[in-house]
Amino acid sequence: MLVYYLIIAFLIGVVSAFNRNPTVRILLLALFMAVQTTMTIYAYLHLNMEDLGYFKYDAIGVIFMGVLTLLSFTTIYHSYIYLRHRQDDSRSQSLYFAALIMLIVAMTCVYVASHIGLMWVFIELTTLSVAVLIYHERTPLALEATWKYVFVCSIGITITFIGIILLSFGVGETETINFSFTPLQVQLLHVNPSWLKLSFLFIIIGFCTKMGLFPMHTAAIDAHTVAPPPISAFISTTLMNVGFIAIFRTFSIFAHTSIHPWMSQVLLWCGLISIIVSAAYLLKVKHLKRMSAYSSIEHMGLAAIGLASGGIGYFAAILHMVLHSFVKASVFYQIDQFHRNFGTYIISETGNYFNRNRPGAMVFLLVLIGIIAMPPSGLFVTEFWIFKALFTSSHFFILFFALLFLSVTIYALAKNFLYILFNQTKDLLPAKEKTVPSETYSQYFLLALIFYFGINPPVQMINLIQEAVKNLP
Amino acid sequence: MLVIFAISLLYMGIANRLTTYINILALQGILLFGVSLIELIQINTINLIFILFETIVFKTIVIPIFLKNVIKKNNIMRETEPFLTYFMSIVIITSIIFGSFILSNIIDVVHFRKMFFIVALSALFTGLFIIVSRKKVVTHIMGYMVIENGVFILSLSAGNKMPMLVNTGITLDIFVSILLLGVFVNRIGNTFEEMNVDNLTNLKD
Repeated sequence: MLVYYLIIAFLIGVVSAFNRNPTVRILLLALFMAVQTTMTIYAYLHLNMEDLGYFKYDAIGVIFMGVLTLLSFTTIYHSYIYLRHRQDDSRSQSLYFAALIMLIVAMTCVYVASHIGLMWVFIELTTLSVAVLIYHERTPLALEATWKYVFVCSIGITITFIGIILLSFGVGETETINFSFTPLQVQLLHVNPSWLKLSFLFIIIGFCTKMGLFPMHTAAIDAHTVAPPPISAFISTTLMNVGFIAIFRTFSIFAHTSIHPWMSQVLLWCGLISIIVSAAYLLKVKHLKRMSAYSSIEHMGLAAIGLASGGIGYFAAILHMVLHSFVKASVFYQIDQFHRNFGTYIISETGNYFNRNRPGAMVFLLVLIGIIAMPPSGLFVTEFWIFKALFTSSHFFILFFALLFLSVTIYALAKNFLYILFNQTKDLLPAKEKTVPSETYSQYFLLALIFYFGINPPVQMINLIQEAVKNLP
Repeated sequence: MLVIFAISLLYMGIANRLTTYINILALQGILLFGVSLIELIQINTINLIFILFETIVFKTIVIPIFLKNVIKKNNIMRETEPFLTYFMSIVIITSIIFGSFILSNIIDVVHFRKMFFIVALSALFTGLFIIVSRKKVVTHIMGYMVIENGVFILSLSAGNKMPMLVNTGITLDIFVSILLLGVFVNRIGNTFEEMNVDNLTNLKD
């Protein structure tokens, strides 16, 4: 099945790169989404089946594949609106959608790859395709951000590769190493711990570029600032899920070895420092998209902490990533409308959004409730579980500082969002254009999912997550 | 040959012209060709031919010529413009080599592979050092190439354990990323007057 998916998607991508007809473009995108949806449903129905020898539809892969497919619909829809308003020429639109299709395919392959080398290759592919999308606006600022993103990600991915080679050193001279995840897990049991530590460090640092965790978080921030808003939504949700899934898989193959406590410490500190960094920058940030990007980093830090603290933390981390994807996607889609209304992203030059565009302002208000994890939001449940896991694994020091800096981020986010919504002290320019309320429906849908998952998560979802974490100690 | 490779890293620290850098990269390609010929002679032929092809064609010929074209096209000045003095550079690179020597003694590398390990790690960190200490954007790509050479040495010492699939992926990856970075260097050259990192500091809070 996967081979048909890859062939069809490749063909659609090539045709849409050279197609100049708008009607054909819409048809191609619809066809691609049909293929993508079929693939996701097929993967869900054939759980734990291997495909093509190097892919496996395991539970965690299927979860994030579902999230990706759902967000692909909304992202393509909002990209369409974005491009229509920019009035780009047909050629650059074709390039945009071809790169978007390539990105979606590459991410799907990362999610279901069961071979660490292959996963690595597809992660590199996501970098290349997203670079085209970040550079879409062709400004000097976009050039700078793309250059930094490509360069840092290339180096990160190289460092990961070094980690993988070191792993093969550790396994030994005589034994042939199998890089598929399940056999690798067994082979690592009798490897010298210092090799394991060294290779774990290299691999994690590399994947942090994708997930946006502390040592390598800078590239993703700059990319967010200049990318088209629908693409920012992708970078901060599904692409960060790529990083998370890579770290999750690395974590689970190392989890049964003797370095497990040390590894948890590393991840805990990465997560805590990510939260601290994001709190520090959120206090002084002026640019709305950068603010959302720093908030993503904070949530990635929380997910890493959940993964590291074990127990219910594994479950909470995965659910947290899923819910965070929905809330962050809707905020970036709304930012596109916001930008069309004000013509700027700088927070201090805006205000009174509630009277200018009420449906959009309601999205921001609900996003605020969702993102700072106020009770009806699903993120409240997951954050509560993450802190509970920290408490039961008796990491009180980390718990204290995580809570402290989390409240700083809540203050900063609430201050900025409420300023945008209700500040009436300034005379602002009239709205650049009237926004259509129907463009916000998809955002309301995603936000409704967050609240629904918080109150009553569907059974299938819970089963999938439990299936994904059942092998972890 | 690995020792010559390490010396070429040191030379990179004091070289002050971009063409020298490119020549060093080509030399490193030839050295890698020799090393892989000696090391991998017993593995199957297709894989061997592939690796030799990669070192000779990509690392020694295609990429240096490509970089030369980039430099010529953008009228880049010949100096490398480091942030530090050449003396400091050579001291730092020496200490990098020394540090990786110590590291390989701390974790017990299998005796016969120790040399590979040391040189590969030195190349990695030297590449990173060149990236952070040179002003020109082109030198960043060269630093990246040095890192890639280090990775290549490391994967050589893993020897015949590397599956063909991954190997192909790496080559493609190197090629595509160099191509892409080159394209962006051209764009940067067209957009800004000088290709310095000073132009790339507008994104901040």
